[in-house]
Amino acid sequence: MTSLFFLAAGWIFLVGAYGMVTSRNVIRTVGCLAVTQSSTYVLLLTVGFRRGGTAPYFTDTSTRTPVVDPVVQALALTDVVVGATVTALLLAIALQLRKRHGTVDPDALTGLKG
Amino acid sequence: MSTANLLPLGVAIPLLGAVVLVLVGRRLPRVVSDFLVTFWAAAEVADLMLLWMRTGDGHAVSWLGGWRLQHGESVGIVLVNDRIGIGLALLTAVLVLAVVAYSWRYFEEPPAGHAGTFPALILLFEAGMCGFALTGDLFNAFVFFELMGAVAYALTGFRIEDPRPLQGALAFGVINSLAAYCSLLGIGLLYARTGELGFAQIGQKLTGHRTDALLVTAFVLVLIGPLVKGAVAPFHFWLPDAHAVAPTPVCMLLSGAMVELGVYGAARIYWIVFSGPHGIPHHVFRDTFVVAGVITAVVGAVMCWQQRNLKRMLAFSTVSHVGLFLVGVALLTPEGTAGTALYVAGHAGAKAALFGVTGTLLDRYGSVDEHSLYGRGRELPFAGVLFVLGGLALAGLPPFGTALGKALAEHSAQSHAAWLPAVFVLASAATGAAVLRAGVRVFAGAGRRPRENHEVPETTGSGEEPEIRDPSRRVPLPMLAVPALLLCGSLALGLLPGIGRQLAQAAGLFTDRAGYVGAVYGYAHASAKPPAADWTAEGIALGLASAALAVVFAAAALWGAPRDAQSVVRPLRRLHSGHMGDYVSWLVVGIAVLLVAVRAQL
Repeated sequence: MTSLFFLAAGWIFLVGAYGMVTSRNVIRTVGCLAVTQSSTYVLLLTVGFRRGGTAPYFTDTSTRTPVVDPVVQALALTDVVVGATVTALLLAIALQLRKRHGTVDPDALTGLKG
Repeated sequence: MSTANLLPLGVAIPLLGAVVLVLVGRRLPRVVSDFLVTFWAAAEVADLMLLWMRTGDGHAVSWLGGWRLQHGESVGIVLVNDRIGIGLALLTAVLVLAVVAYSWRYFEEPPAGHAGTFPALILLFEAGMCGFALTGDLFNAFVFFELMGAVAYALTGFRIEDPRPLQGALAFGVINSLAAYCSLLGIGLLYARTGELGFAQIGQKLTGHRTDALLVTAFVLVLIGPLVKGAVAPFHFWLPDAHAVAPTPVCMLLSGAMVELGVYGAARIYWIVFSGPHGIPHHVFRDTFVVAGVITAVVGAVMCWQQRNLKRMLAFSTVSHVGLFLVGVALLTPEGTAGTALYVAGHAGAKAALFGVTGTLLDRYGSVDEHSLYGRGRELPFAGVLFVLGGLALAGLPPFGTALGKALAEHSAQSHAAWLPAVFVLASAATGAAVLRAGVRVFAGAGRRPRENHEVPETTGSGEEPEIRDPSRRVPLPMLAVPALLLCGSLALGLLPGIGRQLAQAAGLFTDRAGYVGAVYGYAHASAKPPAADWTAEGIALGLASAALAVVFAAAALWGAPRDAQSVVRPLRRLHSGHMGDYVSWLVVGIAVLLVAVRAQL
């Protein structure tokens, strides 16, 4: 059952990568990058999942309550922050590219080659 | 102050400096803000220098917030390092100081309303790089990896008026972030298996499992991030695009330190996490990455020779040298590691100096095109001398630090395969020759006037936006003094015997997994005997040979009969298409090949 989640994470990553390879629009490329990143969320949360576990804080429950792993949740949260920063920065660059270059088609960006 | 506190300070100082500059930078006059950033950069150098001396031939360990190991389990983050990692952080800090001094007069008019932005970004970049070099925790390394990545994308696209920097920054950002997510997937898999995130802790827990598909997948995925950052073929495509368009001071940092951190990360992670019993056997790592390094060195050298855009030429030379560095550390010997460490330091000085001189050309003529600059550099004789010296240093002319490092790495490589030193000699000679050819053409106007060839796709580098507004002024003093000092540094590395010996000792520690684990777990461990790190007759001969070859190649290109070797290299040049989708495909193909290669050798 758990291996299904691992496979799902791999699948999401590959779907995102396929989208980036075939993309005709830089905005879409950045979106696909965010898709590949969501595979890391799925993987991390799967790793920390525990059957019957609840959220990992103990204000109103006994400290013996089974909980899911809080470490991976902290990792996923950090990952979200990192991802938001990178996505925002890349989208800003894409917008600026549209303003200066008049296109967001990767096929039309031919300034650097050879 | 105790040694343990110096480690986190190495990350905190530049972070604090960046915050201060962002907050008050726009209200300060240019001079004060330049003074402030120089002060922070110097403080960082002082901190790391102290750390280097205190660490000696041992490890510096710092558990952040006092969250130490409890019964062999940990939830805290540990910063731990020997002189290899600290030395790399120190190299980064010295380069940042040089870059800060170099750009005193560089960006004459920073964007309105954002006066402190550039120095603040440089300090943030420094924090990311030093953090990555100092940390002993895999997830922490990922965060610093992304920090230096995100700042580097912003710095690459700093000149947002011009479309090309934006394009380079975008390719850089997309490929590096994708690679970082691969690494994170691998980190998740390792955590699933071991429940730990520290290098040493994961390594210890892994010894209780057998080598299976999960471990191989995690190994390859975790290494993808550092390998892409280190521009190992076929993950190198982003590098020339980013280097050709980034502002010159940023290029100095990207080529001099950031790319090398990728190789360092790959080696460190392999040694501590995967090299233990029931991990990935030494021969698998050695065979796989020596081959990858050789391919990278050859591709970089061939492409470097083909370039006429000076910055892109230097970028491909970095690719080629990174291939040699990868071979050096992948030999998994203390001697190879010591040689690589010296080579990295010497290369950083020479390459940053070359970028600096190229910056003066861009500053004056608004071009970095070898062909259109033909003979125009005659009025800058001192810059020309520096450029040619830099080319000879790249080729490995004794007594530059590059030559000593190369000689040690070659000696170690020879015992692995007799033909490996030839790769070192040819790759360094070809990249040095390309620089010499360009230098003689631009600064002396010698040789035939180069022909235009419109059949192959290429990035010329003419018509660049000058990075300053007043090309008629004299070249500012720091723009030539800093490259000269950097070259002197590269020379000193080869001449002062103490540095080489200290690095050799550090390399002994770097390749001693038990010592590192012992430092984290808090038990003593007898350290291994350090390798020799002195000049040998054989090393000097090989260094002279590659420098002589470089001169011969350059002379043949300048005065020899024009030959058309395009048909061989044209397909290779076409691969560097500047298209993000292609680069992503190469990344995925590279991952698949690595997975198959590692699995097949087990």
